[in-house]
Amino acid sequence: MEMISKKVQEMQPSGIRAFFDLVLGMKDVISLGVGEPDFVTPWQIREAGIYSLEKGYTSYTSNKGLYKLRLGISNYLKHKNNLLYDPEEEILITVGVSEGVDLALRALINPGDKILIPSPSYVSYGPMTELAGGTPVYIDTKSDGFKITPRKIEKAIDKKTKGILFNYPTNPTGVSYTKKELLEINKVLEKHSILCISDEIYRDLTYDFEHTHFATLPKAKNRTLYLDGFSKSYAMTGWRVGFACGPKDIIAAMTKIHQYTIMCVPITSQMAACEALVSGRRSVEEMKREYRRRREFIVGELNQIGLKCQKPQGAFYTFPSIKNTGLKGIDFCQRLLKEQKVAVVPGSAFGKEFDDHIRISFAATFENLKEALSRMKAFLKRLND
Amino acid sequence: MDEILEILEKDARITPEDIGKMLKKKPQKIKEVIKKYEKEGVILKYKAVINKELVKEPSSELRALIEVNIMPQKDLGFEKVAERIYSFPEVSSCYLISGTYDLLLIVEGKDIHTVSRFVSEKLSPLENVRGTVTHFLLKKYKEDGIILKHREENQRIAISY
Repeated sequence: MEMISKKVQEMQPSGIRAFFDLVLGMKDVISLGVGEPDFVTPWQIREAGIYSLEKGYTSYTSNKGLYKLRLGISNYLKHKNNLLYDPEEEILITVGVSEGVDLALRALINPGDKILIPSPSYVSYGPMTELAGGTPVYIDTKSDGFKITPRKIEKAIDKKTKGILFNYPTNPTGVSYTKKELLEINKVLEKHSILCISDEIYRDLTYDFEHTHFATLPKAKNRTLYLDGFSKSYAMTGWRVGFACGPKDIIAAMTKIHQYTIMCVPITSQMAACEALVSGRRSVEEMKREYRRRREFIVGELNQIGLKCQKPQGAFYTFPSIKNTGLKGIDFCQRLLKEQKVAVVPGSAFGKEFDDHIRISFAATFENLKEALSRMKAFLKRLND
Repeated sequence: MDEILEILEKDARITPEDIGKMLKKKPQKIKEVIKKYEKEGVILKYKAVINKELVKEPSSELRALIEVNIMPQKDLGFEKVAERIYSFPEVSSCYLISGTYDLLLIVEGKDIHTVSRFVSEKLSPLENVRGTVTHFLLKKYKEDGIILKHREENQRIAISY
């Protein structure tokens, strides 16, 4: 008898695992391949975690997460966005947005249900949908500047379509949506009663306009599951704290799975997250200004050295085309790594049709960005010679 | 605060060209703004922050915090006396503060004798100085937002989604 389940055997292994291993095995690499902030968690937040350990907070918490944290999130969303979620029944603390995505899909999908996913997409969306028994329907956004359009959504919808799962600002492209654009998308979803699973983990890193929460759009709240977390806004990736906000029946269903698989998010992390809500805001603003400056720098430089890219409206990624180099993404990345010791991620990691793109993260110090860009310039020059 | 100042405060060596790229402005424009700040005295000086404890030659610097109690002058308040005091090259910083004394000085000298001599021969004899308390600094942990201990680099993995 076979040991491994059919479903897992059928899951596509990431084609670039070997490349990742290569990067991790090399020394003195300048990495623009990182999906997390280059800042350390602000000290007030770390200190709150340490203090909670000193006080002996080492137990389980409620399955849903510490009430204090859920209340904090509820208040924060109310004051900042006039978005109302009941901390008792409409908020669940998850192990990062990753767990939130998994719970949502498992709680919502019946066998054969379809989930729309704009492509390129974050790496986990497709595999998690399949694992939950659903069918991912990828919508190629390349010809629309990597933005999903109402027309394409409408075209993709059929009787089996249960929901759409996307993030904005977007990893890997850095695009985001204005309120006007979201209103149009919402209209189509409303017309066909399609659920929106909205991953807004990069919300605080929106540069050119105000971030609009999907749930604040007209009549959207009851059809929206809002996923978010502390990783990017407060540089807390390793703490693994996320949250899901949505209609109470969905949250209750997700909590059912969560209580058996995870029980609860580690209490130290939850305590630290409480402090982030209280004292972390100033750090967020400073961080955002810093990223915005790096964005201007890197987009200008990339376009100048011949890697065409559009300006990201959020997050800390650009997704330039490498078409004119004639190389495939994975070859480009491998050669750049070996010849110039700069690491970037092949676009194919985010959808196989994006092998003529790479993802560059500007969550790196300005000195490193500058050095990496000059090495890339040298790399391209040698390619062309 | 203007972002140009924010950038320069963190790294004064960044070129106008690079600042221009970050803020999407012409380098010439950045140069003009910086010139203006220099002229107005908003930007006073550019300097390196040096951890003197790591400098190879034996350190020839001793620092002291000195609390100074002053008799204010009619019409002039503390200004005139403060000026007389902060003009001494030994005084590296001088603040007027609230509380039990008036001026807080940071004084630098090559050893304990130099600092003592400054206090007893220059500072205390001033007509309006009523009294002083000197604290010698023993160790520097953090200065102007910079932690002086060399810390381990943040261990981020080099590649992730």
